[in-house]
Amino acid sequence: MVRKLKKALSGIYVTLIGILLYAPILVLIILSFNDSRSRVTWGGFTLDWYARLFANSQIMDALWTTVLLALGSAVISVLIGVPGAIGIHAMSRRGYRAFMLLTNIPMLNADIVTGIALMLWFVHFLPLGFGSVLLAHITFNIPYVILSVMPRLQTMNISVYEATRDLGAGPVYSFFKVLLPQMAGGILSGFFMAFTMSMDDFVITYFTKGAGINTLSTMIYGQIRKGIKPELYALSTLIFIIVLIILTVFQFVSGRRERNKTYKERYNE
Amino acid sequence: MSDVILQLDSISKKFDGKDILKDFNLELHRNEFVTLLGPSGCGKSTTLRIIGGFVKPDSGRVLFDGTDITNLPPEKRNVNTVFQKYSLFPHMTVAENIAFGLKLKKKSSKYIADKIDYALKLVNMEGYGGRNPESLSGGQQQRVAIARAIVNEPEILLLDEPLGALDLKLRHDMQRELIKIKKEVGITFLYVTHDQEEALMMSDRILVMNKGIIQQEGSSKSIYDEPQNAFVADFIGESNIIDGIMVKDLLVKIQGVDIPCVDTGFGTNTPVDVVIRPEDLEVVSKEEGFLKGTVTSVIFKGAYYEIKVLSDGYEWMIQSVNPAPVGEVVGLTVLPDNIQIMHKPASDDEEVVRDE
Amino acid sequence: MSECRLKKINRRSFLASPYALWIVGFTILPLIIIFKYALTDGAGAFTWDNLLSIFSDVHIKAFWFSIEIAAGCTIICILLAYPMVLAMKNLGLGRKGLSMFVIILPMWMNFILRILAWQMILSNNGILNFLLGKLGMGPVAIANTPAAIMVGVVYDYLPYMILPIFNAIMDIDEDLIEAARDLGAGGFTVFRRVIFPLSVPGLLSGIVMVFVPSMTSFVVSDILGGGKLQLIGNVIEQEFTVGYNWNVGSGLSVTLMIFVLISMMFTVKQKSEGKESVIW
Ligand SMILES: Nc1ncnc2c1ncn2[C@@H]1O[C@H](COP(=O)(O)OP(=O)(O)OP(=O)(O)O)[C@@H](O)[C@H]1O
Ligand SMILES: [Mg+2]
Repeated sequence: MVRKLKKALSGIYVTLIGILLYAPILVLIILSFNDSRSRVTWGGFTLDWYARLFANSQIMDALWTTVLLALGSAVISVLIGVPGAIGIHAMSRRGYRAFMLLTNIPMLNADIVTGIALMLWFVHFLPLGFGSVLLAHITFNIPYVILSVMPRLQTMNISVYEATRDLGAGPVYSFFKVLLPQMAGGILSGFFMAFTMSMDDFVITYFTKGAGINTLSTMIYGQIRKGIKPELYALSTLIFIIVLIILTVFQFVSGRRERNKTYKERYNE
Repeated sequence: MSDVILQLDSISKKFDGKDILKDFNLELHRNEFVTLLGPSGCGKSTTLRIIGGFVKPDSGRVLFDGTDITNLPPEKRNVNTVFQKYSLFPHMTVAENIAFGLKLKKKSSKYIADKIDYALKLVNMEGYGGRNPESLSGGQQQRVAIARAIVNEPEILLLDEPLGALDLKLRHDMQRELIKIKKEVGITFLYVTHDQEEALMMSDRILVMNKGIIQQEGSSKSIYDEPQNAFVADFIGESNIIDGIMVKDLLVKIQGVDIPCVDTGFGTNTPVDVVIRPEDLEVVSKEEGFLKGTVTSVIFKGAYYEIKVLSDGYEWMIQSVNPAPVGEVVGLTVLPDNIQIMHKPASDDEEVVRDE
Repeated sequence: MSECRLKKINRRSFLASPYALWIVGFTILPLIIIFKYALTDGAGAFTWDNLLSIFSDVHIKAFWFSIEIAAGCTIICILLAYPMVLAMKNLGLGRKGLSMFVIILPMWMNFILRILAWQMILSNNGILNFLLGKLGMGPVAIANTPAAIMVGVVYDYLPYMILPIFNAIMDIDEDLIEAARDLGAGGFTVFRRVIFPLSVPGLLSGIVMVFVPSMTSFVVSDILGGGKLQLIGNVIEQEFTVGYNWNVGSGLSVTLMIFVLISMMFTVKQKSEGKESVIW
């Protein structure tokens, strides 16, 4: 009885928070089908914005820039961050601490400060543009890679790597055969985190991008006063739905595997 | 005040459509040490969790002192549990852990402090009050868990394989200590294990369970001597249990021979049951052994030889990596540590001893 | 043997050299540069003025308003997050279950657009007032007020509070909760004495992840504050994009950075000290 009441209350609360989280998303999705340029009036259902979206070269450019930045910065962050994590892991206690502190700076620092500091530094030697934004994104992405890989390194058996080396295998071979497979999960989650953070970033991009280019975020920000182009509602709805599908599939696959495990994990360790 | 403190009245419980307990009945008496013994997955923990209030039975009643408590939440039951994984609160010191239940009962701080001291002494952990649970060994953590439960003065203490995570030597020590604690606090213990040796040694009464059904119930001796069905025989049958006399502390007489052991507190010249595992007995030359006997059979069991030695009318079972010649007279030795002494079941002979 | 091992270790640590260079080039040097701007005037002469400009009327007001918003946002997020996590736990929504998914998913819609959607919801003739009207309740004039900004930042950063608390609470061994109940603790006591103290590390991560961005954001206040309500982030942004006074902008940034780092150091330190920081 009490338990039922508790469940009911929990359900209501979760639903309320859910409404809070999804209300604006619902609004945006509705707007993407609204046959009117005005945000406040409903002009009937249309798929026009979706059709026009792909013809709008400005938006397509920004999308391309955003995706390229996210991919590029995530890949380069992995290439620098993974060896970085391995190296830091091998350091003395003091070195390890110092590096982890430095790694945490961009994460603890406010985005606006990071963005401004990078901009002030870039203007000394680099025209602001795609290159400077890419450098900036790599800078705030590497810590995510390192922080996802480090826990794996700590639980993993490095001596296997050394044993492989002892048996005469070269460092490259041993790395790919022994270390990499063990770190794969951490690298993958680091990569996706970096990708997401880059896609999501506005502030740092805003300060380091200069005049020539736009990502989706900075483009939207620039349109706030003039009014948002409805094609952008269509685009973000599309992105949202694609991610929804990917995550649902992923959830379904991994959820199945998990379900049977839970009881066993607790009692039959 | 009836002697029955707790009664499970035709309890049934299904998980995922599978019968875990079926029409299960159980009575616990005051100040009794009862053991639920059975293979993994037979529903022992589920039984305990129903008594503790963590699992609600699908049907049937839980009666505590005659009152129906089936729907009472765990925190309102005068029953405490010692968990297999200790489950000490990691953010509290040992003393704070022990004080947890007492603070909730709004006891005075003087009372709480006294209780902590008493409990730490009871479990042999004096001076550990300020330590963090994580800095303790497994055995020590389990002692704290026992102390934490006992200070609440429950009428029943539920122990779910409390020694399961400890190594053998420590288990033996803790078994003896648990019996001591049980005597000291004088409450009902319901103990769960799948180790038959442990059950035989500690309990007043054993319930052998399989697949949610009680297969047999009785004293250690009756279970061991007269298994009522093949399951019980098979599950119990691997140990040597023989009559002995506890001459004094640290010395037990078996088949007329005095043998050093590590048990104390049985008084002098007390009849006891002695348990020795087959793998703890060693075949030596007849001069070296405590006991002498004739090898009656040797069977190779793959990993070891099962050797039977007849001595003074009792057939000892020995597991050894070396064979022994059949028909030969050999000696048997055992390390003091590996001898387990248990009280005779609370039956006639105990009364006799007391009357004397 | 040990010497040989030492060599191996040292050799492996060289793998971090590209990252070390990166840190020097893109973390340390930019910080030095921003300090240089903060400590010089337009002509390049040393001055404290930029740092002290935080105490000018407009700036201190924006700074104080930012602290209010950030503190309020953090507290509201905590108050919303705990019941949320407990409710999720109650409903048996496990770590790998649908729950995380539901909380993370909104972050995949562009956040500026989401804040704009809130503007439409909260505006004077917006969706909220429309719904309230249907229910026969008066319109609320929430648009362009601090309350609107608060709604925006709470909305934006709530997931960053829920996630770490959720992880910390899901890490608590169910046996500990059963042990507490076994010892006589009812629902609320279990929370106060066991669940909450053990969730503190998650709570502290949540505070760091919510307080800093909500204090320094300028987009939310830009959109939901109607341009009149300025957070310190807006002031700094305008020094760079409107006023073109990089020195003052850098001075304010450095002040902000020092304030944030000190307050977060304090939180993180509490976190590493663990047990002693539990107040209850
Ligand atoms: N909450 C639960 N959900 C699903 N199945 C359960 C649950 N609790 C117990 N079971 C199942 O019930 C059966 C009996 O479990 P129980 O824990 O009582 O066994 P046990 O006798 O204590 O075994 P062990 O010696 O391994 O502890 C097992 O098959 C177990 O998988
Ligand atoms: Mg069990």
